[in-house]
Amino acid sequence: MAIIDARHAARQLVYERVFRGATLAAAVLVLLILGGVALSLVKGAWPAVSHFGPKFVTTEAWNPVTDEYGALGPIYGTLVTSTIAMLIAVPTAFGIALFLTQLCPAVLKRPIGVAVELLAAVPSIIFGIWGLFVLAPILQRHVQPWLIAHAAPIPVLHALFKGPPYGIGVLTAGLVLAIMVLPFIAATMRDVFETVPAMLKESGYGLGATTWEVMWHVVVPHSRVGIVGGVMLGLGRALGETMAVTFVIGNAHRISASLLAPGTTISSAIANEFTEAVGDLYTSSLIALGLLLFLITFTVIALAQLMLRRLSRSAGAAT
Amino acid sequence: MKLMTRMAVAGIAAVFTLAAAAADISGAGATFPYPIYAKWADAYKKASGVGLNYQSIGSGGGIKQIKAKTVTFGASDMPLKPEDLKAAGLLQFPMIIGGVVPVVNVKGIAAGAMQLDGATLAAIYLGDITQWNDPAIKKLNPKLALPATPIAPVYRSDGSGTNFLFSDYLSKESAKFKSNIGANTSVQWPSGIGAKGNEGVANMTAQTDGAIGYVEYAYAKQNKMAYVMLVNKAGKAVAPSAESFQAAAANADWAHADGYYLILTDQAGAKSWPITGASFILMYHQPEDAAAAGEALKFFSWAYANGAGMANELDYVPLPASLIAQVKKTWSTEISAGGKPVWSGK
Repeated sequence: MAIIDARHAARQLVYERVFRGATLAAAVLVLLILGGVALSLVKGAWPAVSHFGPKFVTTEAWNPVTDEYGALGPIYGTLVTSTIAMLIAVPTAFGIALFLTQLCPAVLKRPIGVAVELLAAVPSIIFGIWGLFVLAPILQRHVQPWLIAHAAPIPVLHALFKGPPYGIGVLTAGLVLAIMVLPFIAATMRDVFETVPAMLKESGYGLGATTWEVMWHVVVPHSRVGIVGGVMLGLGRALGETMAVTFVIGNAHRISASLLAPGTTISSAIANEFTEAVGDLYTSSLIALGLLLFLITFTVIALAQLMLRRLSRSAGAAT
Repeated sequence: MKLMTRMAVAGIAAVFTLAAAAADISGAGATFPYPIYAKWADAYKKASGVGLNYQSIGSGGGIKQIKAKTVTFGASDMPLKPEDLKAAGLLQFPMIIGGVVPVVNVKGIAAGAMQLDGATLAAIYLGDITQWNDPAIKKLNPKLALPATPIAPVYRSDGSGTNFLFSDYLSKESAKFKSNIGANTSVQWPSGIGAKGNEGVANMTAQTDGAIGYVEYAYAKQNKMAYVMLVNKAGKAVAPSAESFQAAAANADWAHADGYYLILTDQAGAKSWPITGASFILMYHQPEDAAAAGEALKFFSWAYANGAGMANELDYVPLPASLIAQVKKTWSTEISAGGKPVWSGK
C-alpha cells in the first residue's frame, strides 16, 4: 500500500513538473513572439529611421517618386478615426450593457445579447464593403450635405464639416470603426456588470437610490477595471483595423481639418502600398509605420494601466 | 505484410514520378497580368503537362523574389532601368500589353462622347481645373453641354502598374505634373480621393457626380463605363481598343530600347492609344537552374504562339510579331548556362 502511494506521489510530482513547465513555456512563448515582432520591426524600419530621423514623424509628405516619407498623415488619420469611433462606441456600448444587465425584460435579453455577439463575428471586409456600397452613398446624398449646410455658420464646426461630400473620408471611417468595435466593448461591459453582486445593488435600492444612482454609484465603480479593459480592447481593434478602413477612408496622405476629407491610417497605408513598393527606403518606411502603430498601441495600453492604478488608489483613499 | 510493403513502395514511387512530372514553373510578381498568365498556364498544362505556379504578389514583391532567387522568373509592370538590370544580372522582356482608360461620371455624357488631352487630364489631377465647364475642357468639346459640376478626381490608392502608366503619361504631357508629382506605382496626389483597386475606382467614380477616374481597359469595357477619348501625340482623338493599344506597341522603337526599357505611354502614330503599357518578365542572364529557366522560356514561347486568342478574350493585347521575334533573339543570345544558350529556339 505504502509502495503504491509513493509511486503515485512520484508520478504526480512528474505530472506537476511537466504541467508547470508547459504553462511556463506557453507564457514565455508570448514574450518571445512579442520580442521577435519588435525586433524585426526595428530591424526592418532601421533604414528609414536612420535616414529620416525624427523628421519621419513630423512631416506630412509621402512621396514615393522622390523617396521622401513622413508619417504624420497616417498617424493623424489613425488617431482621429479611432477617437471618432470611441466617442460613438463607448457611450452606446455602455447603454447596451446597462440595459441588458439591469433593465432589460427577460424576453429581450437573449436576442439582443446574441445580436451583439453576432455583430462581433462579422469579418471586417464585410464592414468595408458595406461601408463603401451602402453607408457611403447614404452619407454622401443625405447626411453630409446637411452637415455642410448647417455647420457653415458655426466657427469650429464649419472647419470640421466642409468641402465636397464624397461620402467616404475620415468621418465615414470613424463611423464604420464605431460599429466594428461596439460589440467588443458592449460584450465586455455586459459581462463585468453581471459580476456585480446583487446584494450591493439591492442595498442601494434599499437606501432609496434611483436606478441611475445605483448604476452610477454602485455598478460602475465596482466594474471599473472591466470597463477600462473593454474600452482598451475596442480601441486596440480601432487603431489596427485595416481592410474596412481602407475601403472607406479615401486613402490620401494629407491632413485636413475637415472630417469629410479623405485621409489615411497607418495600417491602411501599409495594406495599400506594400505589394508594389519598389525600393529599400520605401519598404522600410512602410515597416517603420508598422513600428509606429506598435508603439502607439503599447502607449495606449500603458496609459490605461496607469489610469487604472490611479483610479484604484483614489478609490482606496475615498473609503 | 509483403503486399503492404509492395503497395507502399509503389505508392512512394508514384508520388516521386508525379513530383518529377509536375516540376512546375515558378514565378511571382505583378497583379495586372495575373488573369491572363493564369489562363495561359491552365491551357499550357493541358497541352504540355507542365504547370505554372504564379503568385500575384505585386511588382515590388516579384522583383524581390527574383533577386532572392526563390522563383524562376519575376514579373513587373514597371520596367527596371538598364543599370539596375545589369547590377542584378537580370534581363527583362515584355510579355503582354494592356491599357489604362479614363472614365467619367458627368450627367449627360455618354461613353466616348468626351475628348480630353494629356495636358487637361494632368491639370484636372493637379487640381488646377476644378469645374467640368472649364474653358480648357470646353475647347476640346465644343459641342458638349458641360455642367458647372465640380470635378472629383478619383485615383488608385494601392500601388499598381495602372498608377505607374497613368502618372507616367501625365508626366510626359505636363511639365508641372512631372516636377510636382512624377511617375511611380504610387504617387502623392495633390487632390481627389483614393480608392482601392480597379473596382474601388470604378465604384467611387460611378457613385460620385462629377467624378473622373482611370481603370484598366478590361474593367472599363466589361462594366460599360463612360470612357473618354484621348488626343494622342499625333493630335488625333482615339478610343481605347485592342487596335489602338497594339498601334502604340507597334509604333514604339523597341529595336533601340536598351534592355527593353521602354514605356509605351504617349507613343507616336495616328492610331496609338496614349496610355498603353507592357508587363515585363524578369529572368537571370545566367540562371542557376538552367532546366527550370528553359521550361519557363518554353512556356513563354508557347504563350506568344498560342496565347493571342486567350489574351483578346480577356481584353489584353498580344505583342506584335516583330517584337516577339526580337524577344526570342534576346533569349538565345543573352540567357546561357555554362556557356550554352538555355533557349534552344523551339
